[in-house]
Amino acid sequence: MTYFPEEVVEHIFDFLGSHGDRNNVSTVCKAWYRIERLSRRRVFIGNCYSVRPERMAERFPRLRSLFVKGKHHFADFNLVPPGWGGYAHLWIETVARECPCLEELQLKRMVVTDDNLELLARSFPNLKALVLISCEGFSTDGLAAIATHCRVLRELDLQENEVEDRGSQWLSCFPDSCTSLVSLNFACLKGEVNAGALERLVARCPNLKSLRLNRTVSMETLAKVLARAPQLVDLGTGSLMLTDRRSESYHKIFDIFHKCKSLRSMSGFWNAAPRCLLALYQVCLNLTSLNLSYAPSIQGSDLIKLVRQCTKLQKLWILDSIGDKGLAVVASTCKDLQELRVFPTDLSGTGNADVTEDGLVSISSGCKKLNSVLYFCHQMTNAALITIAKNCPHFTRFRLCILDPRKPDPSTNEPLDEGFGAIVQSCKNLRRLSLSGLLTDKVFLYIGMYAARLEMLSLAFAGESDKAMVYVLNGCKNLRKLEIMDSPFGDAALLEDVGKYETMRSLWMSSCDVTLAGCKVLAAKMPRLNVEIMNQKDEMDENLTDTQKVEKLYVYRTVAGPRNDAPDFVWTL
Amino acid sequence: MSTDTARSSTESNVSGLDYEETELKLALPGASRTPAADADRKRGFSETVADLSLGASRTDSRAGDCSDDSQASAAGKPPAAKAQVVGWPPVRNFRKNVLKSCTYVKVAVDGAPYLRKVDLETYGGYEQLLASLQEMFSCFTIRKYQSERKLVDPVNGTEYMPTYEDKDGDWMLVGDVPWKMFVASCKRIRLMKSSEAVNLAPRETTGCTSTR
Repeated sequence: MTYFPEEVVEHIFDFLGSHGDRNNVSTVCKAWYRIERLSRRRVFIGNCYSVRPERMAERFPRLRSLFVKGKHHFADFNLVPPGWGGYAHLWIETVARECPCLEELQLKRMVVTDDNLELLARSFPNLKALVLISCEGFSTDGLAAIATHCRVLRELDLQENEVEDRGSQWLSCFPDSCTSLVSLNFACLKGEVNAGALERLVARCPNLKSLRLNRTVSMETLAKVLARAPQLVDLGTGSLMLTDRRSESYHKIFDIFHKCKSLRSMSGFWNAAPRCLLALYQVCLNLTSLNLSYAPSIQGSDLIKLVRQCTKLQKLWILDSIGDKGLAVVASTCKDLQELRVFPTDLSGTGNADVTEDGLVSISSGCKKLNSVLYFCHQMTNAALITIAKNCPHFTRFRLCILDPRKPDPSTNEPLDEGFGAIVQSCKNLRRLSLSGLLTDKVFLYIGMYAARLEMLSLAFAGESDKAMVYVLNGCKNLRKLEIMDSPFGDAALLEDVGKYETMRSLWMSSCDVTLAGCKVLAAKMPRLNVEIMNQKDEMDENLTDTQKVEKLYVYRTVAGPRNDAPDFVWTL
Repeated sequence: MSTDTARSSTESNVSGLDYEETELKLALPGASRTPAADADRKRGFSETVADLSLGASRTDSRAGDCSDDSQASAAGKPPAAKAQVVGWPPVRNFRKNVLKSCTYVKVAVDGAPYLRKVDLETYGGYEQLLASLQEMFSCFTIRKYQSERKLVDPVNGTEYMPTYEDKDGDWMLVGDVPWKMFVASCKRIRLMKSSEAVNLAPRETTGCTSTR
């Protein structure tokens, strides 16, 4: 291949789909490194502190699409205090200065300000896609700037962000010339939007395929919008609250759904009235994806009636009010189901046992294509897990959430070691695993032994000794992210194989038995790791003694050195 | 969940009107406002609620609320790390917040074997709520008598009075206070057979009988 002209090599590289493959070819020789870096269009940065943005821009001057992740996953559960970091401004300033070809920006768990969005909008009038996931720090003013300046925007996707509401006018900022939208998702916004502006915008974007409205959008508006966009493939309904069944919009919605022949995916259903669900029956047959997890107003019996119509579902997110019986209906109806998430209705975690091991067992016996599950329940048995493992060997993601920590198998009072052991043993392609329930060191022995492809492991209240963590570190060759809470792992486990952390993206340990001394040893041995600790604010002022336990430890590999935007309560050792 | 949200909103009201501060006692002014005292008082309150509520275990729901409070003030004074996350793996914060911003209350109908839930925050007033209840239990039509509202089952003529349990645990007639006050204090709704609702609230009882 060294005889090929560079253009040919570059063309061949174009066929490499994954970032990993491109990384690999770039290490073959200097020529390939150069060709690869000049032709790289898409860059993914899994941790914004792992490399400086200037370095990234220098290496990939022609990048078009950038995806940067900020805070640790545990930020979703409030374990990362406000002010921790993950600021987007350096990244946005850098690409604004040095990456003129940028067309797509995706940020996850980062702090993005209105000024950042304004700069982005003004620097990239040809921006095609902005995707913000679990970000915070901005308001609808920032969105207004994007709408105003990005004239060929195709995708504005706001997923689960905390957005300050400064009024409904932001949507009106899309100029009349804006006809390019393919995807618009503002389901996470709290405030009202201008219904007229929404209707006009939808009407002038003939290519719009995905539209996710927020809960303030009424059924009247939904009916008008849908009438303008029968081509939609993905719809997040606004509120489906019904106050008068004789209302015009209620009758309209039946006719309109009938015309939406392309609909394949639906979400939303805020305050859905049972009667309105009847209107959906006609589209159910086509649906491959259905998210009912934000609709606690729908009763179990209505959920079951609805699901019965959805024979082609591949992805279903639902609340546990569907019950074990409902899941049995899903199992017999949705033969193509690949992904199932069951969320708790009662968020305090004290409610009745709506779903149990029985529900998941029925699903596993009926849905043979299932490969991803997130299941909140109150109990699980080893026998059930063994059956599930046998029925569904194709799991790539298995996250079981038994809401009471350290809960044993209720039928035998045994730990769930054997059950999870069966999962890792039979699911050879398992990449993500969350453990829960009562677990001893034994389950970690199984994980280390069998979970060869595991990339992310989340655990809490598990294990008995350092051995557990050592089994995982020694065994799971592909492990990239390990996150641990409230488990009895100390310095010995942490320091058993320090080289391992350079092969991983990050390690998180909170409320474990790791001491300051142990963390210092790790930091001293591994200069290319950032070893950050967080203790409660007042304790950080005093001198921590070496033997004191570290409340939160976050270790990640980096080529950028210690970060300089860390707040007082974060110490980089 | 529904009762919890109602409860926490009423709790903040209770804390706002803090009569304890004005009490005479053997301590420095304001000394009673220690976290422990707060927790004690709240527990007392929630116990009274739990006795009336729909079967939620009181101690556990207390623990859940505590963690929510601590999460909200995480920057201020984070308590022990264990209290910050209840259960494992926890529910994502965004999901919690979204569902928390609703005020779900359960609606029961005398004689009907099932409950429904409504989010009071989404209604603009009593008219919308009643219209929605009528939709929900499709057998009803609204009939108005002067200032009162009733739901009537046209098949057997049974009249239902919309009643609600307020934050003090008293059953009141829907419509007796301004809408916003109702949203803040309503814990659950029951469509009660009119024949049984006669003695509910003295003020309304007279209205009831006058229509007969």
